[in-house]
Amino acid sequence: MISLQIRQVSFSYLNGLVLHNIDLSIKAGEMVGLLGPNGSGKTTLIKLASGILKPTQGELKLDGSNLSRLSRRSVARSIAVVPQQFHIPFAFTVGEVVMLGRIPFLRAFAEENEIDKRFITNALELVGISKLRERRFDELSGGERQKVILAMALAQQPKLLLLDEPVVHLDIAHQVEILELVRRLNGEQGLTVIAAMHDLNLAALYFDRLVLLNGGRVVADGTPAQVLTEGRIREVFSASVSVGQHPTTGVPHIVVMPKRDATKKQ
Amino acid sequence: MDETIIFQIRLPRVIGGAMVGAALATAGVLFQGLLRNPMADPYIIGTSAGAALGATIAMMLPINLAFLGFGLVPVAAFGCALATVILVYNLARVGGKTPIISMLLAGFVVSALLFAIMAFLMLSMSERLDLDLHSVYSFLFGHVSVTGWGQLAVIAPLVIGGIIGARFFAFHLNAFSLGEEGAAYLGIEVERDKMLILGLGSLLTAAAVSISGLVGFVGLVVPHAVRLSLGPDHRILLPASALAGGAFVVIADLLARTLLAPVEIPVGVVTAIIGAPFFIYLLRHTRREYAF
Repeated sequence: MISLQIRQVSFSYLNGLVLHNIDLSIKAGEMVGLLGPNGSGKTTLIKLASGILKPTQGELKLDGSNLSRLSRRSVARSIAVVPQQFHIPFAFTVGEVVMLGRIPFLRAFAEENEIDKRFITNALELVGISKLRERRFDELSGGERQKVILAMALAQQPKLLLLDEPVVHLDIAHQVEILELVRRLNGEQGLTVIAAMHDLNLAALYFDRLVLLNGGRVVADGTPAQVLTEGRIREVFSASVSVGQHPTTGVPHIVVMPKRDATKKQ
Repeated sequence: MDETIIFQIRLPRVIGGAMVGAALATAGVLFQGLLRNPMADPYIIGTSAGAALGATIAMMLPINLAFLGFGLVPVAAFGCALATVILVYNLARVGGKTPIISMLLAGFVVSALLFAIMAFLMLSMSERLDLDLHSVYSFLFGHVSVTGWGQLAVIAPLVIGGIIGARFFAFHLNAFSLGEEGAAYLGIEVERDKMLILGLGSLLTAAAVSISGLVGFVGLVVPHAVRLSLGPDHRILLPASALAGGAFVVIADLLARTLLAPVEIPVGVVTAIIGAPFFIYLLRHTRREYAF
């Protein structure tokens, strides 16, 4: 269980300001979805939270200690990151890729010990890919690869899991499978989760708290019902939508309203 | 008499060949792992050319080529190799990525420039230094020019130290398979470790070039063959490539010495005849891997 405080954080790349004065407090064990249009700063915020980008102003505190001052290795022992996809140019097996997650815990010249092996086996089992262990990573489908990357992140024994649009390239079955797994880890192990999400409906279904970014600022922060209102979505995404209710869970369900003359002929 | 030939001439040369092969193969693994690209051999990305220019300059300095004088050759070769790899890397880097195609182009252009400078230096100094065409060719095509134990006393510690140092970075190189960002997520201090790995690769290249000139394709063929048979885990790939590279150059050098005896073929001719077709094969079969 670990908390993350984001205090008055601004960040700019050389070509301009990307995040303005972000103030967020992520409690231990929370599961937070970051939403916003392309270029709103979701990915930048994930990278800041992972410590690989340093804020131009403000500070991030991981359980009270300043993230910028921690070594990469100690950060990697509490935070794992799952990006949209990884390209691996060499023919690693699935087991070898998951093994990479143990690197923050291994000394040079050392071999993985029984504990490391147990974490690898557990991670493969949790994600449900034990039978893929000896397969080559580059021969798997996109959905299977993303599961392997998730297993690698879990082998890192993270206390905070960051996901950057983890299901954006996947089919609906894999999207649901991965989000349900993350949800389960959050519930069972108290894993703190922050995920940038593209799909508003999936975000509403699987996250308790949503943070909506626009132009590098937080414009809404709360439960799906509080954040995903018709007016706000229209304003932030410049899209015409109607917000209803999910038939079984009751969370907001967003339906796109096309312009009349742009629809298909009946 | 026979014993003297074996211990004072043949054995140092065999060990020299093994050192050259082990150093180049290890440098190949380092560059390929760091740059995530199976074609980054020290010869192809320009490191060898840089080392060769440095070695040429050092050899032409008016210092006696005795023990101390020879010690200067690897130092100058290392300096120029490191400068070259940093130059090529930065020329090839586009928006935070280092595509294989721009790396090959930058390596080609920089190598061509360095070869031109080297040729100019050699020709302008040839009379004063009494260089004959055969020795110039030998250097440019690669020739294990170990004639006694003196050179090995300098080179062997560098190569062995470099190989052990490279093995230290096995986990780092495995992490770099995910790219620089992915490596950072696994706790690697990317900028620092990248410089250390490039530095080690340059050191190994420089050590090899100092005693053999430009032996091409060893750093390309050997890591690939080992990866195909033993897998891409750098903990195994690094030591296995060092061994296989050493064996490869020793055998190539044996062929070079005996095929047209008493004329010696430069060993680089033998490695190129094996390596170039292999490179073309790779180029045609790894197109997919350009796209990252």
